[in-house]
Amino acid sequence: MPQVTLTVNGKAATVEVEGRTLLVELLREKLGLTGTHVGCDTSQCGACVVHVDGNSVKACTMLAVQADGSSITTIEGLAKADGTLHPMQEMFREHHALQCGFCTPGMVMAAVDLVAKNPQGLTEEQIRHGLEGNLCRCTGYHNIVKAISAAQPLMHAKAAE
Amino acid sequence: MYDFGYTKPSSLADAVAALAGDDEAKALAGGQTLIPVLKQRLNKPSKVVDLSKLGLSGITVTGDSVTIGAMTNHATVAASADVKRAIPALAALAGGIGDIQVRNRGTIGGSLANNDPSACYPSAVLALGATITTNKRSIAADDYFQGMFTTALEAGEVITSVSFPIPAKAAYIKFKNPASRYAMVGVFVATGPKGVRVAVTGAGQGGVFRHTAAEAALSKSWSPAAIDGVSISPDNMNSDIHASAPYRAHLVGVITKRAVTAAG
Ligand SMILES: Cc1cc2nc3c(=O)[nH]c(=O)nc-3n(C[C@H](O)[C@H](O)[C@H](O)COP(=O)(O)OP(=O)(O)OC[C@H]3O[C@@H](n4cnc5c(N)ncnc54)[C@H](O)[C@@H]3O)c2cc1C
Ligand code: FES
Ligand code: FES
Repeated sequence: MPQVTLTVNGKAATVEVEGRTLLVELLREKLGLTGTHVGCDTSQCGACVVHVDGNSVKACTMLAVQADGSSITTIEGLAKADGTLHPMQEMFREHHALQCGFCTPGMVMAAVDLVAKNPQGLTEEQIRHGLEGNLCRCTGYHNIVKAISAAQPLMHAKAAE
Repeated sequence: MYDFGYTKPSSLADAVAALAGDDEAKALAGGQTLIPVLKQRLNKPSKVVDLSKLGLSGITVTGDSVTIGAMTNHATVAASADVKRAIPALAALAGGIGDIQVRNRGTIGGSLANNDPSACYPSAVLALGATITTNKRSIAADDYFQGMFTTALEAGEVITSVSFPIPAKAAYIKFKNPASRYAMVGVFVATGPKGVRVAVTGAGQGGVFRHTAAEAALSKSWSPAAIDGVSISPDNMNSDIHASAPYRAHLVGVITKRAVTAAG
């Protein structure tokens, strides 16, 4: 069986997988990181979004073997060790950007990538476009967009520190 | 998904050998089409040959052409200052494919090898008269697309890069399926070293095609008004739950006009 060595949330891991094992299966089933969700399993909903070498990807549409040698960040890796939330998580809480919470890990990971890659700042419309890969069945998106908008100055201030 | 073997060769020669020795082997680029296909068990490869370590990604711009490595992902093309300067329509097309996560993985080579009848890149390749380079040869766009999901590629042939002549003017407008963002109708118009060329994706039953009547009209007068008298038969148009054939035929005219307006 192929072996995959990767870094997940800063910790090194070496895992035996099958060729067909998906990255999301490796994370959830082999490493017990169940914060990354599977909504559709057909590349549509974005519940499974994680960062691979700093870029957001759908973990249900990447093979674990493709991630060999990569550095992965999941929703579990965003908060600080002492439990202080990432500004994006804090703003999701502040702006009531979740209801059932199923889409939330993928939304937050997609949003963190979106904001980090756009230091010039994003308009509401650009944020909505940026969320094209993420579906939410509960909130109607308005509060998610508000949360992301509010997280922008906090994330950029943090990055500038 | 059925299980399969997996190999990640570190040279093009090794990748070609791995594919050539085995009819059931399948190349893997960004996986944004292949992995969903494997999940549906529509394909059962013996092994998957990952092309990511062959050094096939990157963009080179010269005075008259833009060459994009097969493994270059859509996000990289969309963000490239060089592509934005040389062929802004191409950067915009790449930036409109799917969503950010799809663009971070999906590649130009994968899109062209797959030749989905609703995919965006085939229209740019055909309208700009690009050349597709493989491990064996160079293929002109006009010879490459051979019907939906069908191309001139032989079994085991690997696309290595695509070279686009820089047009004087070009634009791509997509009337997108709001759920997948694939083209219901997408039109790429260009005028430049290859003359006036108009390629339509999403609409035709045979995949991407050149809209020769629009090309003739635009060659006489490059203006949105030139499209007014041009119609296209619904006979060979796709028809599905999203749009009927006559609706798609109508959209071809509307979107071609918008594309000419956008190209300026
Ligand atoms: C949700 C979603 C939305 C999408 N929306 C759009 C859209 O709006 N417009 C659009 O155009 N596309 C869209 N796509 C498709 C996307 O662009 C894919 O990335 C692309 O079609 C395939 O590229 P890939 O690199 O992922 O290829 P893969 O899935 O890895 O491979 C596809 C096929 O090409 C073959 N192949 C790959 N690379 C090569 C090569 N270099 N030489 C020879 N054969 C090769 C493989 O063997 C396979 O058969 C979407 C996909 C998803 C999941
Ligand atoms: S579970 Fe991956 S996109 Fe829906
Ligand atoms: S909060 Fe329920 S799906 Fe988004």
